[in-house]
Amino acid sequence: MLKQIEGSFAVAEAIALCRPEVICAYPITPQTHIVERLSELVRTGDVGNCQYINVESEFAALSVAIGASAAGARAYTATSSQGLLFMAEAVYNASGLGLPIVMTIGNRAIGAPINIWNDHSDSMALRDAGWIQLYAETNQDAVDLHIQAFRLAEQLSVPVMVCEDGFILTHACEQVDMPDSEQVDSYLPPFEPVQVLDPAEPITMGAMVGPEAFTEVRYLAHHKHLRAIEVIPELSTEFEHIFGRNTGGLIEPYRSEDAETVIVALGSVVGTIKDVVDEMRDEGVSLGAVKVVSFRPFPLLALREALQNAKRVIVVEKCLADGLGGIVVGSVRMSLRGTSTPVYTIIAGLGGRAITKKSLRRAFNEAVADRLEDPHFLDLDWKVIDHELARSQEKRRSGPIAENILRELGLVGGKPV
Amino acid sequence: MSQRIKFYQTGTLTVGNRLLDAKDRTVQATLDRGNSLTSGHRACQGCGEALGARYVVDAAMRWADNRVVAVNATGCLEVFSTPYPESSWQVPWIHSLFGNAPAVATGVRAALRAKGRTDVKVLAQGGDGGTVDIGFGCLSGMFERNDDVLYVCYDNEAYMNTGVQRSSRTPPAARTATTPPVGNSSGNVFGQGKNAALIAMAHNIPYVATASVADLHDLEEKVTKAMGIDGARYIHVHVPCPLGWGSPPHDTIRLARLAVETGLFALFEAEDGEVSDVTHIRRRLPVEEYLKPQRRFAHLFRPQTDADAIGQIQSIADRNIEKFGLIGRNG
Amino acid sequence: MQKPFAIALDVGTSLANLTGSWRTERPVYVDLLPPCNHACPAGENIQAWLYHAEEGDYESAWRKLMESNPLPAVHGRVCYRPCETACNRGQLDQTVSIHAIERFLGDEALKRGWTIEPGAPTGKHVLVIGAGPSGLSAAYHLRRLGHEVTVHDAGPLAGGMMRFGIPKYRLPRDILDGEIARIVGMGVTVKLDSPVTDIPEQMKKGGFDAAFVAVGAHLAKRTDIPAREAGKIVDAVSLLRGMETGAEPPKLGRRVVIYGGGNTALDAARTAKRLGASEALVVYRRTQEQMPAHDVELEEALDEGVILHWLRTIKQIDGTTFTVEKMKIDENGWPQPTGEYEELEADTLILALGQSVDTSFMKTIPGVEIADDGVIDVDETMMTGYRGLFAGGDMVPAERTVTVAVGHGKKAALNIDAYLRGEQRELPEKHPAADFERLNTWYYTDADKTVQPTLDLIRRRTTFDEIHGGLDETNALFEARRCLSCGNCFECDNCYGFCPDNAVIKLGPGRRFEFNYDFCKGCGLCAAECPCGAIVMEPETF
Repeated sequence: MLKQIEGSFAVAEAIALCRPEVICAYPITPQTHIVERLSELVRTGDVGNCQYINVESEFAALSVAIGASAAGARAYTATSSQGLLFMAEAVYNASGLGLPIVMTIGNRAIGAPINIWNDHSDSMALRDAGWIQLYAETNQDAVDLHIQAFRLAEQLSVPVMVCEDGFILTHACEQVDMPDSEQVDSYLPPFEPVQVLDPAEPITMGAMVGPEAFTEVRYLAHHKHLRAIEVIPELSTEFEHIFGRNTGGLIEPYRSEDAETVIVALGSVVGTIKDVVDEMRDEGVSLGAVKVVSFRPFPLLALREALQNAKRVIVVEKCLADGLGGIVVGSVRMSLRGTSTPVYTIIAGLGGRAITKKSLRRAFNEAVADRLEDPHFLDLDWKVIDHELARSQEKRRSGPIAENILRELGLVGGKPV
Repeated sequence: MSQRIKFYQTGTLTVGNRLLDAKDRTVQATLDRGNSLTSGHRACQGCGEALGARYVVDAAMRWADNRVVAVNATGCLEVFSTPYPESSWQVPWIHSLFGNAPAVATGVRAALRAKGRTDVKVLAQGGDGGTVDIGFGCLSGMFERNDDVLYVCYDNEAYMNTGVQRSSRTPPAARTATTPPVGNSSGNVFGQGKNAALIAMAHNIPYVATASVADLHDLEEKVTKAMGIDGARYIHVHVPCPLGWGSPPHDTIRLARLAVETGLFALFEAEDGEVSDVTHIRRRLPVEEYLKPQRRFAHLFRPQTDADAIGQIQSIADRNIEKFGLIGRNG
Repeated sequence: MQKPFAIALDVGTSLANLTGSWRTERPVYVDLLPPCNHACPAGENIQAWLYHAEEGDYESAWRKLMESNPLPAVHGRVCYRPCETACNRGQLDQTVSIHAIERFLGDEALKRGWTIEPGAPTGKHVLVIGAGPSGLSAAYHLRRLGHEVTVHDAGPLAGGMMRFGIPKYRLPRDILDGEIARIVGMGVTVKLDSPVTDIPEQMKKGGFDAAFVAVGAHLAKRTDIPAREAGKIVDAVSLLRGMETGAEPPKLGRRVVIYGGGNTALDAARTAKRLGASEALVVYRRTQEQMPAHDVELEEALDEGVILHWLRTIKQIDGTTFTVEKMKIDENGWPQPTGEYEELEADTLILALGQSVDTSFMKTIPGVEIADDGVIDVDETMMTGYRGLFAGGDMVPAERTVTVAVGHGKKAALNIDAYLRGEQRELPEKHPAADFERLNTWYYTDADKTVQPTLDLIRRRTTFDEIHGGLDETNALFEARRCLSCGNCFECDNCYGFCPDNAVIKLGPGRRFEFNYDFCKGCGLCAAECPCGAIVMEPETF
């Protein structure tokens, strides 16, 4: 059923259709609307027999989910940014215990400086915490991926993060084809845990494992992710069968088959990129795009195949490894091992800076001309940087950089001294 | 607290007593006790926590007809009971992290409730570090939500698993690896630390109690009482640690008893935020009796007696005795 | 359930980890010798019978007691309670009133008519000479062992010194008669008024396979006191004996002096009070503390108005006037004359200067050794130098009490039994003592000794009614439960409950515990927390 709806509400309603049994939430912008809507849906009885727990921190939120999942309940939580980092220890723990928890990440930058707007620093920080990470391009994606996420998590006993860009998706009102409960029920069977805390059949969960078996435990986690690479496309196919939409899968190529230059990206920016691809194609530039849906596990082979005809690859990503460049690009390069295809990195949209078509076009053109420096920081204000670097060289106690830049830009107070 | 049974040779002071009705003996005295924490665990010789945990879980299991799920914080208890490939537990049991046991327990409770399994009771447990320090946020959250969980803290007064470092339960003057009595200092600083049971009471949860491994009847009664109450419950059990306290393994029960008898560890119960009962001291003793056998306090007696520090510790005991009324009418 | 590898485990699997290998010391259950048992001259296993009494199983308690002592109702009254002197509870609060429980059990048995069956007949016949405590005890034990027994006694009634030395107010005669009757009822032939003068001849004539002689110390010792005009002088033995046999109680007069400091002196003084003497004055040459009389008896005598005049010797008698010399104690503890004199007035002097045994009739028996004071030498089996002839009680070197005598009877019986079977009696190994220091007394509840009811003083001074009442069932149970069970497991479950490794196996009621050395780490908590010291830690040998 088509519905004009805010992204967060759409996700909340999709979660409700998945019949979670325990939802635990701690508020953080921009995740708040999801859990607010869910609390309402639980109280109105729309989620069935579900316990909604307001906890005192994100650490507790995921810990409650861990307990709930271990006791055999379908458990869900959502967070963003600092919240994800605050629960970091539990993030690893949930995957280590093999608990199929689904968690929404409303992607947001990480401070300091504190910043509530979107980028991928948060989920990227925990990319190797053993969770599957699926990135939504649209709110339709977000809705569909959550439904698939529960299926995937429970099939493999592995937790899944569905990442959607804060504000850009969470707070955007757009048309979403909302599934109905019959569809979801036929796609998502009740949770059958492989291990459960049950007095009738007691087990010990969370043993201490020493050097004698730790590597094997870790390999088995790796193996689970390799399995996920096979399972994710199957679930997408099955999903299309029931819901009539092709959502999910490992990657989604867009006019990339014959493109000389292929852009790789994930999340909502793919929409903008697709527009730029269309426009530049119209202008005769051989451009295509590949959307990475599953960042963990990373689809090395599928991506390599999708990029086999490309003469160059551009990775647009909303995160930064200081001193190195991109984060996503590392995985992309790994998929191209043994080829000589040049790969450019564009760091864009940090802390919510708008990624405009104009800026992208300019950067893509530079890349097509093989003139783009790597990494390229989209729309970086070099004037500010140069000034701050000069000033900080003059004086040891030069003050906080973030404040200085804001002053430099004239956004707060007077100019830095 | 029910009336202690006097006479009958040892009354209810021993674990069992063939002269008492079966109902007046402890769970631990029964032939078919659960041994929820069974043999083969790797706790040190004379471990108070191993004892405390078996007492608590066995009593809880007895009350709930074995329908208990246990959640454990990281710590000695977790490490010595579940090193792969062997588990000493005979209950459904989960260990997640150091500081999240109360929250995991909340999750288990929520799951069971969602599944209509209100017959299954949830027990969470951890050491003083996992409970009173790193887990205190989650514990407070679980308390204020009044989640239906019995949380039991086994307090051995320091981080023993990591090699005896100070916790907020480490008593003043005690030597730990991070409070060495060197220079002008005499061990852990006076005037620090917190009483978790009193803070628990401030949450107005239905039941809070302190207990000691030295008083098994009292401990089991409290666990049993707590099991019969819905909502958040907290029991703080004093468990000596031979390794961390520097005491012979055979002194574990004696020291726990001395902590009670000197007034340093007050045994009380609180319902709905108010102290409702105290366990009276049987034979009051000066704090030296308790301090002397422990190497962590040895510097108070050698090379010369630190009368000032001992005096301050005595006044802590005196204040406890006064505050909780630990001397009974016949005491 | 298909659990994830390594992070999820099967429950209870640590049983594969045998932590017993950590151990450097191992706990061992022991049975130590409790001080009461150690002190009992009759060889009673007091703690064992108290164990049954604690449960309210009085018949089992009595039967356990009867394995050693056939006269519990008597002993509960007249024994001087060395067990209580030794009792560890005395260091905690007050000793267990063992005698009161023993008396309760004895009285209960008489009331309910409990009996002991004799043993299967052996065809052997033993002659017992003397129907006092020692002879009766020997007869009883020999019957239990299946031997035929004939008892000869020179007196008109059985009981010996229990009847002729101990006044009624301490031992009512129905009690004594009841316990003797029970022994006789086991098939013992008793011949009264029939002294044996030639033991070897009697043995031969009667076809006896062995004999036990225990004729008691009935001869009063005398002393020479210069007397100008001797007043009335009697000896205590005759006085007390006369109370049993004489139709008319002797006339002692208003003021009576008793000379001596033993139990007999006090019994004589107390008897004199009851016979109407307004003044009973005990003259003793040493101090009150040095009196050989037992404290209980002294206390009771003083309560009843007996007056003590210590550090005095009687130097001269002139009618009813007695000249006494004051004494003082020298640095060696001996009384020395001071040359200071005083005078007393008394109507009668009762001499209570000790008793000796008449063993002249044994002088001719080959091999029998008789010491200067008349006592007979016996070996460790209580056999005299004459094969098959055993002796005990007051006539062998030992303390002269009813309880010692009963102990001799038992010991002799067991040795006679071994002798008759041509064997050496195997003595069970003595357990180490259960000292007070071995106990963890914290666990014992505070419980004061039960006080037996006592007759009021007026009646004590004027009648021969028994002065102490017995315990009733409730307070006997209470008193039994004050026993600390020193050195012997009483199943308090402390070891079972306090083992951090569940390495103590509970075997069930009455069956105690076992250690599971597969898991015992040797921490020693069980031994430390055992209230009664029944666990010791021993170094592990590798």
